Amino acid sequence: MHDILIEEKILSENDAIAHENRHAFAERGVFVINMVSSPGAGKTTLIERMTPILLDTLGRFAVIEGDLEGDLDAVRIARAGVPVKQITTGKACHLDAHNIAHALPWALEQDAGLLIIENVGNMVCPAEYDLGEDMKVTVLSAAEGDDKPLKYPAIFDASSALIINKIDLAPHTDFDIERARANALAINPSLQIFETSCRTGEGIEQWCAFLASKTLALRGSVSTSR
Amino acid sequence: MHEMGIAKSLLEIIKREMKKSKVKRLKKVRVKIGELTAVEPEALRFCFEASIKDTDLDGARLEIEDVPLTGKCHDCRTRFRFHHFVSLCPVCGGKKIEKLTGTELDLVSIEAV
Ligand SMILES: Nc1nc2c(ncn2[C@@H]2O[C@H](COP(=O)(O)OP(=O)(O)O)[C@@H](O)[C@H]2O)c(=O)[nH]1
Ligand SMILES: [Mg+2]
Ligand SMILES: [Zn+2]
Repeated sequence: MHDILIEEKILSENDAIAHENRHAFAERGVFVINMVSSPGAGKTTLIERMTPILLDTLGRFAVIEGDLEGDLDAVRIARAGVPVKQITTGKACHLDAHNIAHALPWALEQDAGLLIIENVGNMVCPAEYDLGEDMKVTVLSAAEGDDKPLKYPAIFDASSALIINKIDLAPHTDFDIERARANALAINPSLQIFETSCRTGEGIEQWCAFLASKTLALRGSVSTSR
Repeated sequence: MHEMGIAKSLLEIIKREMKKSKVKRLKKVRVKIGELTAVEPEALRFCFEASIKDTDLDGARLEIEDVPLTGKCHDCRTRFRFHHFVSLCPVCGGKKIEKLTGTELDLVSIEAV
């Protein structure tokens, strides 16, 4: 009988590829966010809403759309005038670093300082899979429960920013924005929190300003393309 | 359910190590799963067993160690176990907490002949 000591992270292969992705993006000055939420929280709509503002401040940005099937979200983004790459994960309920490594040459060709990855709608699995992003952004909508941070602590812990979306619906639901904030901050006190409505446009500017400042800080100089 | 993907990654490492050590029959696998990971231990066990059924590895036992989420307060240095995942020092109320354990998703060792 052999007792073989291994002591290795089970997802070490994914982590190694994510590390390479991160390195490749950093070398080219691309800021990368990984957007995570339950299905229907409003990730695609947010990107549509962010598009005119980001095009104005950054000139260019690119999107990777992770989807179980179909290309409806990618079509929506393309229609908004943004280069978009669709990754169909089939049965997998999350993107992994491998998926992003495949899309990496395309992403770098876009010559964009910002890459937005819309992950598959799921709050559990994406928490474990590093893609090589600079930050994870969780989207929680007011159509869900304000206790979600307590139910899915891993993704809130792993995220740097939280967008509370659909705040236009809050007056009509049990969703308490202050309670949602408090729950999220209890899990992760350093979360940057934004409140948005894609219906009224409220808060989108603030969120985009934050994203643009992160992107420009990485690039090290203000875009001179306009 | 991503536990199937985790089980697959786990088995890849195991097969690599078994080849390296020139062993044929897998008896036991020890893993650590931290409280804060989004991995359900029983779901992982189910996926592990389903993946090895009717293969060379059939019959191996998965031993799971659940690791509690613990941290250390930056301000008063107290070490404590998190209560409901809340990042808060029970002694001084500090919120700057360094996680000590609870994020593991590790293959520790295997037993094989
Ligand atoms: N009332 C309201 N509806 C929204 C808002 N944002 C998105 N939606 C709607 O929510 C649904 C799901 O949005 P989608 O962007 O596809 O969600 P995704 O699955 O996270 O990409 C769509 O019908 C959107 O029109 C919002 O701020 N307020
Ligand atoms: Mg979408
Ligand atoms: Zn303390």
